[in-house]
Amino acid sequence: MIGRLPIAKMLAATVALTAAISAVMLPINWDGQQASTAAPKIDTLLDVMIVLSAFVFSLVMVMLFYALWKFKAKPGDESDGEPIHGNTRLEVAWTLIPTIIVLFGAGYSWAVLHDIEEPAEDPLTVDVFSQQYAWSFSYPGKGNAFSEGELHVPLDRQVHFKMHSQDVIHSFWVPEWRIKKDNVPGITTTAIVTPDKAGAYQLICTELCGFGHASMRAKVVVEPPAEFREWVGGLKDKVPAPFLESIRQDTETNPEPLGAGGA
Amino acid sequence: MAAAIKQPGWIRGVLGAVLAAAFGFGLVVVLREISGLPIWQTEQTGYPHVVVPLVTGPLGFLAGFGCFDYWLRWAAGMPTIPDDHSQHGAKSWRDYFRFNTDHKVIGIQYICTTFFFFFVGGLMAMLIRAELAQPGTQIVDAATYNSLFSTHAVLMIFVFVIPVFAGIANYVLPLMIGAPDMAFPRLNALSFWMLPLAGLLFIGSFLVPGGAFDAGWTGYAPLSTGAPLGQSFFNLGVQFAGASSIATALNFLVTIITMRAPGMTFWRMPLLVWANLSTSLLVVAATPFIAGAQFMVLFDRALHTQFFQSAGGGDVISYQHIFWFYSHPAVYIMMLPGFGIISEVISTHARKPIFGYRLMALALIGIVVLSYSVWAHHMFVAGMFSWLRVPMMITTLLIAVPTGIKIFSWLGTLYFGKIHTYSTAMLFALAFIVTFTIGGISGVMLGMVPLDIHVSDTYFIVAHIHFVLFGGSVFTIFAGIYHWFPKMTGRMYDEKLGRVHFWGTLLGTWGTFIPMHWIGMDGMPRRVADYAAQFGDWNLLISCFAFMLGAVQLVFLYNMIVSWRFGPRAEANPWRANSIEWQVSSPPPIFNFDEIPRVVGGPYEFGVPGARHAIMGGEGAEVTKPEPTVVGQA
Repeated sequence: MIGRLPIAKMLAATVALTAAISAVMLPINWDGQQASTAAPKIDTLLDVMIVLSAFVFSLVMVMLFYALWKFKAKPGDESDGEPIHGNTRLEVAWTLIPTIIVLFGAGYSWAVLHDIEEPAEDPLTVDVFSQQYAWSFSYPGKGNAFSEGELHVPLDRQVHFKMHSQDVIHSFWVPEWRIKKDNVPGITTTAIVTPDKAGAYQLICTELCGFGHASMRAKVVVEPPAEFREWVGGLKDKVPAPFLESIRQDTETNPEPLGAGGA
Repeated sequence: MAAAIKQPGWIRGVLGAVLAAAFGFGLVVVLREISGLPIWQTEQTGYPHVVVPLVTGPLGFLAGFGCFDYWLRWAAGMPTIPDDHSQHGAKSWRDYFRFNTDHKVIGIQYICTTFFFFFVGGLMAMLIRAELAQPGTQIVDAATYNSLFSTHAVLMIFVFVIPVFAGIANYVLPLMIGAPDMAFPRLNALSFWMLPLAGLLFIGSFLVPGGAFDAGWTGYAPLSTGAPLGQSFFNLGVQFAGASSIATALNFLVTIITMRAPGMTFWRMPLLVWANLSTSLLVVAATPFIAGAQFMVLFDRALHTQFFQSAGGGDVISYQHIFWFYSHPAVYIMMLPGFGIISEVISTHARKPIFGYRLMALALIGIVVLSYSVWAHHMFVAGMFSWLRVPMMITTLLIAVPTGIKIFSWLGTLYFGKIHTYSTAMLFALAFIVTFTIGGISGVMLGMVPLDIHVSDTYFIVAHIHFVLFGGSVFTIFAGIYHWFPKMTGRMYDEKLGRVHFWGTLLGTWGTFIPMHWIGMDGMPRRVADYAAQFGDWNLLISCFAFMLGAVQLVFLYNMIVSWRFGPRAEANPWRANSIEWQVSSPPPIFNFDEIPRVVGGPYEFGVPGARHAIMGGEGAEVTKPEPTVVGQA
């Protein structure tokens, strides 16, 4: 049965279509600017997935349109097709090959995940406080310096964000860093980021938190360590008491990200 | 008047609703008075004098309307009123507004009711897209916007996609397996009548102080536990929709397992029957979880329990675990029946046996099993235990395998067939393969933790779910409606208008939802009334396509209504299909079969010389007489 199909031509068409789709899609920077060490790794994973997906999509398209072109009934043809009920080899193939592809994807993703969450020596810990509809931050040293609506972090140093919510769930996302984590009332969640490009970015709340959700933003500044130290040194506010309370009370149900290996 | 009050029906139903609501209200007043509490409690999460009548009122309506009459009489030892089947079938449109135990009437009641909610939910989508056409807020304020997208999703999920499949199966499935009706016809009618009540609760929440529920269809605690009164309408509406779903699933399970015609072994069941068997297995086991989750939220709100209050020792994230333990299987509840429809349509119109029939059935069962082990992929950034992410990623990606089997088997079915594309049903089925493949691919990407971390809660998610729920489920619903329209109405629909609807829907779906992937990856979060100006152009384009998509649904509506009334008479079997429902007249006789058919072969034996699926009664062959129906006995 398969012998009667132009398999080589169909495969060639699939490869050609895959190449064409990849050629159009790969040069586009889908995720936007990259500003953390995690970003290029995640974007490379995306590119690999684009090529694999293009292959699967092309295969389905070639199979579908070849069938529609070749086996379309002539007008007035009321006869039935050939009574083919299946083909065990083919069925095994389209069970096993996708299994291999997705397991490859899972293994690769696991490796990337491990990589981007690997704790570094001497990280900076920053506490993040969210409430309807504002962000604030506290930095180590000088009795916890505190800033509202503006987050500064040093360039090229790993930052561990310890997140606390005062009311409902919020989510911490800086698209250029590719890192997102929910802030959950009652527990401390952690996100690990190593910013590697100086500049100003936006922190976006991505978990629906009420009518002010769309405008719950904060400014993020990544700057050289000296400037960062100077900025923190200039902070006048102390962390408000309820926020300190939430640091004390929140349980760290999830103390170590994957990369820490249960340290 | 007195006679009207004695008879089950609308007058007694409304009276029952009013009396029961008044009883609930009185109960609250009296209990609060006795307890020395202030009579009126109007904290936004409270309003017991509204919430309690919301429970009792709908139950009063169901009782008054006649849903419980037979059982109550039997339970009370009163003489039951024998069902003389005089109300079987529908002679005029009025009969569809009565308590009716005929599965064919109930099927049409389901389909029309759910499509009503589809159009209401669709109008909300139009408002959402109008607001999003430009950055800034123009048409609705942010709070109303939150209510709109929440209600849109809830209507589409709970009172359109899930129940419309129950409606189609209600009509078609008993005919397909050669059964005279569903196993429990009264339960079937009760299931249906709970559905409009759920829809009315969802829509009715717009009228209460604080507006409709606005915590998204996911209703995450603690946003939902502190939300205004409308949230309680959601909590309770889900109970009615869920109870309806569970009862129907039980009904399907018993019907499929016990009422197949003689000779119809499991391996001779059409794939639509397999699909509904799988779906029902998911519904009966998973739906109680969302019912439980919503009760816990309601109790946190009204009774000050602390399930999800971290300050009181509750666990916020457990809400998401319980919710998604239902709601991930729910996406298969919204997809598997569609898979069944596509199998019927493609096999019939390609004039070919289903390629790999047994593997197709096993793939359905594989999806059922796997779908219980993937829920936490919705929670990769939620702050749950981090090690849980990797096993959930692996199971999530593996579920692509049985889904892929189905796609490839449909394609295999087309090969060496005689593909007819004159039917709009077949066009939707073929387009479904393409759009669902795209939705599946973006689903695999979302299953990968590092990619998901970046795109979760962005427009990429909105794009993905609409590709699988609109490009997937709704396409299969349209395919099913067009396919069985001649059977249900006895009329043919207009294929020209069908084609306009098809191409408009296809273009509209792609134009609306493809660019959403791009703006999501580029940084636009979901569930926002306002967004950064850089996304303005894309959003304007998306809105234009969305309006076109909305408008073209009116062509469908017109086609269905006018064809139902004036369409040319349909033959018994216009698509030359094999399964049993096509071997009876269009519409089928009131009791489906004079004699129960006998199944002698598989359902898709196209092109096999001399093959038969079923021998119908009166064909001279030896046929089994149906058991005489014993009336008036419980």
